Parts: sequence; structure tokens; C-alpha cells
Amino acid sequence: MQTLVDALRSAVHLIVTLDSNVVEYAGRSLLVAAVSTLLAGLVGIPAGAVIATHEFPGKRVAVTLLNTLLSVPTVVVGLVVYSLIGRSGPLGPAQLLFTVPGIVIGEVLLILPLVTALTVTAVARTDRDVRKTALALGASAGQSHWLVIRESRFGVLAAVIAAFGRVVSEVGVAMILGGNIDHFTRTLTTAIVVNVDMGDFALALALGLVLLAISLGVNVLFQFVQGGGGE
Amino acid sequence: MTPRYRLENVVRRFRQLPSGNTVEVLRVPQLEVQPGEIVAVVGPNGSGKSTLLETMAFLQMPDEGRILLDGCDVWAAGDSVSARRRCPMLLQRTVLFQTSVIRNVLYGLRVRGVGRARALPMATEILRRLRLEGLAHRGHRELSGGERQRVALARLLVLRPDVLVLDEPTAHVDRANAELIDGALRELHRSTNVTVILASHDARQAQGLAHRIVTLDEGRLLADTTDDGRHQA
Repeated sequence: MQTLVDALRSAVHLIVTLDSNVVEYAGRSLLVAAVSTLLAGLVGIPAGAVIATHEFPGKRVAVTLLNTLLSVPTVVVGLVVYSLIGRSGPLGPAQLLFTVPGIVIGEVLLILPLVTALTVTAVARTDRDVRKTALALGASAGQSHWLVIRESRFGVLAAVIAAFGRVVSEVGVAMILGGNIDHFTRTLTTAIVVNVDMGDFALALALGLVLLAISLGVNVLFQFVQGGGGE
Repeated sequence: MTPRYRLENVVRRFRQLPSGNTVEVLRVPQLEVQPGEIVAVVGPNGSGKSTLLETMAFLQMPDEGRILLDGCDVWAAGDSVSARRRCPMLLQRTVLFQTSVIRNVLYGLRVRGVGRARALPMATEILRRLRLEGLAHRGHRELSGGERQRVALARLLVLRPDVLVLDEPTAHVDRANAELIDGALRELHRSTNVTVILASHDARQAQGLAHRIVTLDEGRLLADTTDDGRHQA
């Protein structure tokens, strides 16, 4: 128990004094999460909106596939991307393995189904009469679709926040594709793993507290956004 | 004179689920509406009133037949957006967008490309006419049922359309709101000679407002009567 109290005291000291390692790992984690979420949002939100607002053969299969991909383990995504960007993979010459862009590719593939599936749900849940009302007021098909997306903005934003939270807190993709190289690809989660292995429990705990604070912030934002939608 | 509307052998069918069978819900051999006319469509629930109105507002394409708007076959011309802009419709189920009253009223003008500087005075004037000026910046959730219906009507009136298609505009409002809505429609008709197609359960409203009453039952035109009791050809 005393060890835990000492470690906690040291952890708080590291955070308060803005220890350079803590700041570096937290900064890299936030950067990876922000870029990955942005890229996944740019693809996933329009794709989800199209799936939700259009009828096409195989739509049910597509939605089922998306929902299935939500539960794919992060290490599996890491392995698949590893086989693509590894030295002998088709994207090997790009030398993306063990780089931050390499991690980002994996994270985007991890959260793309999440952003898309939650956008489908949010847009589909928006009142069907919203689109009809827009058309009845003279909107074109494109304008009416845009209105439906705007009306489901709280649900879509919640999808983005959930995706950001997933990237910040995951370890499998970052470990396999980043290689956990200090001062280069190490993130909060992979740093926790390595510091526990090395016996630096105080630093691991400090990083854990920072991660917890980020997760808490994301969740508070999530609740706030959902409250904005009146849900 | 070219009629505002001419419906020729219009048929509408829906697919029934889960059987997949189609069922005919509307058959109108011929119907003409002149510019400036107010036509009330009456009939029991499920008689095809909403389908007829949505077809006349170009929200539904007929499975057979033609709808001419000022002599132009809209669906054949492939320009239903322009036609919908000339004939906006108040749907039976009122949906306000998740924003303020004034932004709701501005929506139709915005999709027509009207700039905010021109649109804002138009919206303010309509809100005043419907006694909603104090609610301009209220959220859509903060309105009573009658206020919601008046905002929905304001969204149409601000467009100064050639035709107004109204599906039961006073069905879910109290007497005072119904009279306010009727008054606004009369005033608009007097000042712009707008053509109005109106579905109503309310015989008092239909007789008080309309020049003609069209009766539907099971998707068929049963009667077409002018306000002096004459039957139309």
C-alpha cells in the first residue's frame, strides 16, 4: 500500500512539474488521436450519411459488416496493417512501419467503422419527415440531405468524440505499428506498458493519470454533446 | 385561360409490406384548378387526401398520368425542384428544424439563394402577421402546439408562393390558433391571389375558406362542388 501511495505522490509531482516525458507522450497521443479522428471523420461521416439516406442492394449487409467491425480487436487491426506496411508488404517501400504516420493508418482503420456506424445510426434516427419537410419547402435533393446531416449533428459529433476516445486509450495498434520507440513513436499507452515492465511504477502511474484525465475530458464532452441533442 | 393545375388520369400506387403487392391509393381522371382559386379537399381518413396533395406539391411522382402546372408537364420536363419551389407544402405532421424560430422561417428563402439582408425583413414581417414576432429567437422546443403550427405556416407564407398546398393546417390547434391561421390565409389570398389547395377535416374551415370543395373517398373523386353548390364538370 505504501508503494502505491509513494508512486501516486511521485506521479502527481511528475504531472505538476510538467515532466518532459509525460508531456511528450501525452502530446504524441493527442496528435495521433486528432489526426486519425479527422481523417476517419472525413471519410466516415459522408459514407455513413450516404448509407443512412439511400436505399441500395446490400445495404443491410453493409450495416451488419460495419457493426461487426466495431468489435475487431485492436491487435488484429495492427497485424493486418503490419502486413501491408511491413518491409515485405505492398506498401513496404513507403517505410511507414514504426513511424507516427504508420500508427495513424492503423488507428484510422480501427475507428473508421465506428465513425461510419454511429453516423448511420444518428442520421437514420433523425426524423424521416425532416427531409420531406425540406423538399416541401423547395430544397433540392442535395440541400435536403445536408439538412438531415445538420439535424443529426449531435449524434455525429458524439461519434467523432467516441472515436477520439478509442484512439487515445488503445494500445494494440500503437504498439505493433509504432514499435514503442522512445522519443519517436512512444505514446501514453505504450509508455505505460514499457514503464511497468521496467519497474518505473511512478512514471507509469503518472501517465495513467494523464490518460485517465484525457478520457474523463472526452467523456464529459460526450455527455455535454449528447445533452445538446436533448437525448 | 391556362389553368394553374391540370391533372390528367393521375394514378398513384403504393407497395404493401411485407407482401410486396401494389395497391392503388389515388385515381383522378381529371382535375383543374384556376389561378387564385382556393380548393378544399375533404374526405375520411385514408381517402387519399394527403397523397393527392403531395402529388400536387410534386413530392410524389404519379405512377400514371400527367400533372400540368401552368400548362407545363413538370415530371416530363424533369424540373420538379422549380415546381416544388412554386408550390410549397405544409405537411400533415409538422416538423420544425432544431434551431430558432427565425432560422426555421428563413430556411426556404435560404435554399432559394435569397441573401440574409433581403430575407430577414421578409421573415420579420411574416412573424408579425402571425403574431410570432416575440418568439423569433426561441428554440423549436419552447413552443406550444399552436405556435409550432403557426411557425410552420410562416415558413411557407414568407416564400410568397404561387400556390400553397396545406395538409390539415388547423387539425391539431385550438380555436384561437385556427382562427389566426385562417385569417392569415385570407389576408394572403386577398393581397396576392395565391392558389390554395387545402385538405381539411374541418367542414367549417373548408366552407369558410374555399371556393370549391373536392370530396375524395378511397382514392376516388366523389364530388367537385363550388361554394354556391354547383357541381364542376
